[in-house]
Amino acid sequence: MGLVQNVLDDGLGGIEHNFVTARIEDLVKWARSRSSWGASFGLACCAIEMMGTGASHYDLSRFGMEVFRASPRQADIMIVAGRVSQKMAPVLRQVYDQMMEPKWVISMGVCASSGGMFNNYAIVQGVDQIVPVDVYAPGCPPTPETLIHAIETLHELIEDGEIMRRRASNNGGAGIQLTESAIAAAPVTLGTK
Amino acid sequence: MTIVSAGTDEGGQELLSRSELTAKELLREVGSVLRLSETEAAALASVADEAPEDQTMIINMGPQHPSTHGVLRLMLELQGETVLRCKPIIGYLHTGMEKTGEALSYMQGGTNVTRMDYLSPLNNELVFSMAVEKLLGIDGDIPERATWMRMLLSELNRMSSHLLFLATNGMDIGAVSMMLYGWREREDVLRFFQKVTGLRMNHNFIRPGGLAADLPAGWRDDVLEILENLPSRLEEYDILMSGQPIWRERLQGVGVITAQEAIALGVTGPILRSTGVPWDLRRDMPYLHYDQLEFDVVVGEYGDAYDRYSIRFNEIRESMRIVYQILDRMPSGDYRIQDKKVTPPPRARIDESMEALIHHFKIFTEGFKVPEGEVYVSIESPRGEIGCYIVSDGSSHPYRMHVRAPSFVNIQAMPHMMRGGLVADAVAVISSVDPVLGEVDR
Amino acid sequence: MSDVVETVDNAVETQHGCPVLDSLGQRVLLATRENYISVVKALVDEGYTMCIDLTGVDYLNLPNRTVGHGVAPERFEVVANFLSLTLRQRIRVRVQIPENDATLPSLFDLHPGTEAHERETYDMFGISFDGHPDMTRILMPEDWDGHPLRKDYDQGSIPVQFKGSHS
Ligand code: SF4
Repeated sequence: MGLVQNVLDDGLGGIEHNFVTARIEDLVKWARSRSSWGASFGLACCAIEMMGTGASHYDLSRFGMEVFRASPRQADIMIVAGRVSQKMAPVLRQVYDQMMEPKWVISMGVCASSGGMFNNYAIVQGVDQIVPVDVYAPGCPPTPETLIHAIETLHELIEDGEIMRRRASNNGGAGIQLTESAIAAAPVTLGTK
Repeated sequence: MTIVSAGTDEGGQELLSRSELTAKELLREVGSVLRLSETEAAALASVADEAPEDQTMIINMGPQHPSTHGVLRLMLELQGETVLRCKPIIGYLHTGMEKTGEALSYMQGGTNVTRMDYLSPLNNELVFSMAVEKLLGIDGDIPERATWMRMLLSELNRMSSHLLFLATNGMDIGAVSMMLYGWREREDVLRFFQKVTGLRMNHNFIRPGGLAADLPAGWRDDVLEILENLPSRLEEYDILMSGQPIWRERLQGVGVITAQEAIALGVTGPILRSTGVPWDLRRDMPYLHYDQLEFDVVVGEYGDAYDRYSIRFNEIRESMRIVYQILDRMPSGDYRIQDKKVTPPPRARIDESMEALIHHFKIFTEGFKVPEGEVYVSIESPRGEIGCYIVSDGSSHPYRMHVRAPSFVNIQAMPHMMRGGLVADAVAVISSVDPVLGEVDR
Repeated sequence: MSDVVETVDNAVETQHGCPVLDSLGQRVLLATRENYISVVKALVDEGYTMCIDLTGVDYLNLPNRTVGHGVAPERFEVVANFLSLTLRQRIRVRVQIPENDATLPSLFDLHPGTEAHERETYDMFGISFDGHPDMTRILMPEDWDGHPLRKDYDQGSIPVQFKGSHS
């Protein structure tokens, strides 16, 4: 239908354009926000609601998010859905490290965000101690609507470049400094003996 | 960015390689379960013992794996495509709920237990409440309406849980359309739960002494709507799955377990029934008013994954039958016991009376005291026998609260189901056990 | 506190040499560590073929409690639940375990299904089971210190801002 006058004002979302001109940065951000794939990382009760969000009634595919990738290598967003135990924490971190940049994290539910009602020895009191969290979804469990809102918020943040700016100020990383422990030097053996 | 040490190796909990086990230990794994003589067991164990170690491979499945239903981790020893041994490694969702349960009063305890088996939260609450009531000695005085309401919710919960099983089972086997259908049906039930309890999951609605609130206006129509929609859809799924050759090929004869093994391992629920043992606590050791209802216990014959699927499928129909009967017989009356000790005063009284206000405050801050004693109460949850063992020291907090989780035990049957099977069937076996990791690890 | 297990007098009902306790209408056998295995074996012969549950309790805060029938209390207790499918009955066996020697023979040979329960009890209470094929932690990481469900193990909560919050 012609030229979009000002991409910065109108955005790239309209379907009427035949072609657009834009800054490559905007295009990349737009594309990133519209095609973010989740890593299926279900932990507890929240995971059931996360799957419910993807199912037919709430239909997450309306937001280009229905593809939950089993392999972290193919995923952009990790939804930490549920309580993270001390035993699970290293695994979670490993999955996060395996994801490709750029990557984002949604902490779903109060357990992931703060430990929730399980303030005890077994649960990591907030997953932000292990991975950098971009959006917190409150609730126990958050309803699918809440999760969709969280995802939308994240999309907005990605498109605005908010997150990218913040990362740049943190030397491109998440800005989380974890003390390196001695074992890290040794390679991780995975299963085979 | 620095990287934390990836300490994902659990050392001693992992499956040992063959060379680190003695033949006797290997034998024991099989022999004692089957209650066989050593020679008989040796004959059975031939699959395992012949494989030289350099031809086998130990692979790791989970804890982050799309078809392990959460954070279950399995270590499988394979020879080619055949599973020789398997060991489930659990604890990745250990939440310390039994410890937290000691810090919460009996009043608050429901919030804790409901989060264990998050697919049938109402059954968890029910067993906890029944145990507390038994300790209090008020288990005989629960009003009729409360009892029937509890049964209604428990059965609807069984339906939603089994529907979810159909969905995940379908997804794991490759029938993705079933996944969407199953979730759609479950949403219907959840919407009713949300109307009644205010939450879609983790309701904390069944409490010691009764329920948190009465059923809302129009509940009967809502239940009837669910019940009327479901049969034709179940019919569809029956055609879609049970009658379908691929589905049958994929499940029949997979993950077989015998009645003897199941009993030796303490397995309950649909898995035990699939082996031909007609054991359902609702019928055999009735609680609530199940003895006044008419329903059938669905029993399998072969103990394979297909039997387990079809038992759960038909249990949905039985539950619907039960719900119809409950609808007919739902009495009017109180939804919680009018015992000042455990029941907070009604809202209207708080405005008028100082005592009521104090009473209300005390119940919610201090909780109520429960006489000394210890008790074990169990009911039939969708996954098997869920039991609650509470030790009280006379205070308002349980001294020890232990939940016997059906999935925790059922998972131990997986190695026996998988032995000698194909690795591709491992997924079918996991999903046919239908474990809920929240309850396995607690 | 009477320390010896008194000889069971005639008035007390016994089953397989264990005093029988009635706990709110539920049948409880008070076994000792010595006759534990033989009692369970006798129960199997009687029809209690299924071991439904096995767990522990730490009675650290209640050292002077009465167990009943003159059985001397110890710090730990192991509680096992058995079910008979034919009799449609349950029975519970409770065993006192002293703190300085927290061991108990394993039921693995009689009820292989207790494998996980015993590992859990070991993990949570530090009671070890002789003859168990794989006495490792089951829920906590392998390198964890302490046994979380012991009463002297702290809940491990971090302070929250609500006053008087328990968890
Ligand atoms: S936030 Fe609530 S629903 Fe989510 S994992 Fe925690 S307890 Fe479960």
